This record gives sequence, structure tokens and C-alpha cells, in this order.
Amino acid sequence: MKAECPVCGAEIEFAEDTVQGELLECSECGTELEVVSTDPPKVEEAPQEEEDWGQ
Amino acid sequence: MRIGMLHSLIRKDEKLLIQEFKKKSGVDLELIDDRKLKFNLGKDKDKHKYDAIVERCINHSRAYHSIRLFESMGITCINNTKIATICGDKLLTSVALEENNVPQPEVRVAFTEDSAVEAIEEMGYPVVLKPAVGSWGRLLSKINDRDAAESILEHKTILGTYHHSIFYIQKYVEKRGRDIRSFVVGDRCIAAIYRESEHWITNTARGAKAYNCEVTQEINDISVAAAKAVGGGVVACDLFETDNGLLVNEVNYTMEFKNSIDTTGVNIPEEIANYVINAAEENNG
Repeated sequence: MKAECPVCGAEIEFAEDTVQGELLECSECGTELEVVSTDPPKVEEAPQEEEDWGQ
Repeated sequence: MRIGMLHSLIRKDEKLLIQEFKKKSGVDLELIDDRKLKFNLGKDKDKHKYDAIVERCINHSRAYHSIRLFESMGITCINNTKIATICGDKLLTSVALEENNVPQPEVRVAFTEDSAVEAIEEMGYPVVLKPAVGSWGRLLSKINDRDAAESILEHKTILGTYHHSIFYIQKYVEKRGRDIRSFVVGDRCIAAIYRESEHWITNTARGAKAYNCEVTQEINDISVAAAKAVGGGVVACDLFETDNGLLVNEVNYTMEFKNSIDTTGVNIPEEIANYVINAAEENNG
């Protein structure tokens, strides 16, 4: 399954166990992407860091 | 057995946890995206039937509110509300450590610019100002003199929300270029890493390098004591090495471990999965 990077248009290949919400990095442009759908395969730019993120 | 994993983005840490849960027979893992959650207070018990929920949110605010709501439905959450509340706030963490005689750097708290400057000068420079709620080393200020103190305090007061005017002041600890991150699951410290950086902030999120740290008796004891002070569960402690022994800097309740598995040789997500499954079994038993 392949999605398209919304920034550079590169193909983003999903692994068999890729899940919705997963973070991926575009191998072409390095953009951090979020899997918003596995069927059909679709990615969007990952959300920006918020004030209460992290540990 | 039905386990819920509360999440937002699935980072490598969550992916590794998912893989560990999927290896366990008799465990049905369901992903719960906090961005899609809607709670109908008092009427959701039949909707969320889990034997346990493992919390892996990226937002502290969503994590601890969701956990509280799930607990009100009688669901065991790892970690629980008490741990999330204390660990999500450095001031509350320090109070819990103090009340349980767990050594930590000197801490003072003040609520106005004037009283904060007084507190800083009573402590002596340098000090570190930290947001009580915040992570990944963001917005930490090392303050070396009065000019910097007055400037940072004014900026925090004017530019920040009221949270940034709860001045949490920690004595700066010279940590020789590294600190220790230890991982506690239940009543065991299962692994530890050194985090080394030329910068005074040694978060790996800020570029610090990680290498294995042997879990000594001292590291185990202070880490488990810190975990117990905040309520137990699955936590990661940040420790400073000093001439007078180890000090607990912070305790984190949604531990990130992806870079510490190969470094330590310990399968941290498997340990967490086992702990969650045991908690669910005890809950059912």
C-alpha cells in the first residue's frame, strides 16, 4: 500500500502493520507525516508540537 | 482479555508496545485515539469495556482527564490519575518526593516576580526556572545572575499564561555533562541509561546521547522510592549524580523508551505489556 507525501509528492510505502495515527517520515523530503487512513492509504503532515506534549 | 491503548499519535514507542501486546495470547488490544473520544458522563460504562487501559497520550492534559473519566467507569488505568496528576506537575512531584524523604535538588516556589527574585537570591545563583507543567526540556531557563532573573521572570509573567507565573525554582546541579534516566515498572528498576550532552539540558529530545547505565543498588533504590512517592506504576526517573549521592530531578509517567531498548538490552515495552496484563488479571481476579 502506498500513500503520497502531501509536501513533496513522494510515494510513502506502508508496512503490513502500519496503523492509523502512526508517525512516518518521508524518505524524500524528511517531513514528519501522520497516517490518517490505511484503506485507502493516506498521510497528512503531522501536528505541530503543543505546550503540554511529551514527558 | 480486552486491553485499551489510549493514544493520539502512534510514535515508535507506541508501535513497539502494540507489537508486544499482539504477541500475547488471549489479549485483544484496542486502540483508543484521544482525538476521537467523546465522553458522556455517567452513561459510558457499556461503551468502554476494558480490563485495563494503558495510557500513551502525547498531551498531558488529555491523558490525565481521560484517565480520570475511564477510572470513573471502574477501569484500571496504567498509569492511574494520582500518578498522572503528580508527575504532570513538577511542583506536585517535588512535594511528593519531599513528603517521602526522596532526595532531590533544592526547590523553592514563589508566585510573584519580587518574591521569586528573593527566593532565587536566598538560594544563590545559578538556578533553573522550569514551567511546572512542561516537557522535553522546553522553556527551561538557567539563571546565572540577577539581571537574567528579573528579565526571565518579567517575560514569563507578561508573555505566559498564569501557569508560567507559578515560579518553580530549582537549584542548578552541576551534573558533569550527564544525567541518568531510569525505568521503573512496578517495584523494579528494569533498566537505566546515561544521557550525555555538552549542553546543560540533557534530554534526548534535545540531542543528548544515550548509553547504558548499570542499575546499581543505589539507582534501583532511589528510582523505586521515587516511583512509590508518586503512586507507583510505570515511570521513568531522571537522576543527577552528585558528591552527596543521587538526586531525583523529575519523574515521568508516559515514559519514552524507543532509544533505550538496544542501549540497555532490556525489552522495556514487553515489561510494560506484562505489567498491564498482570494488573488487568488482578482486577478481574
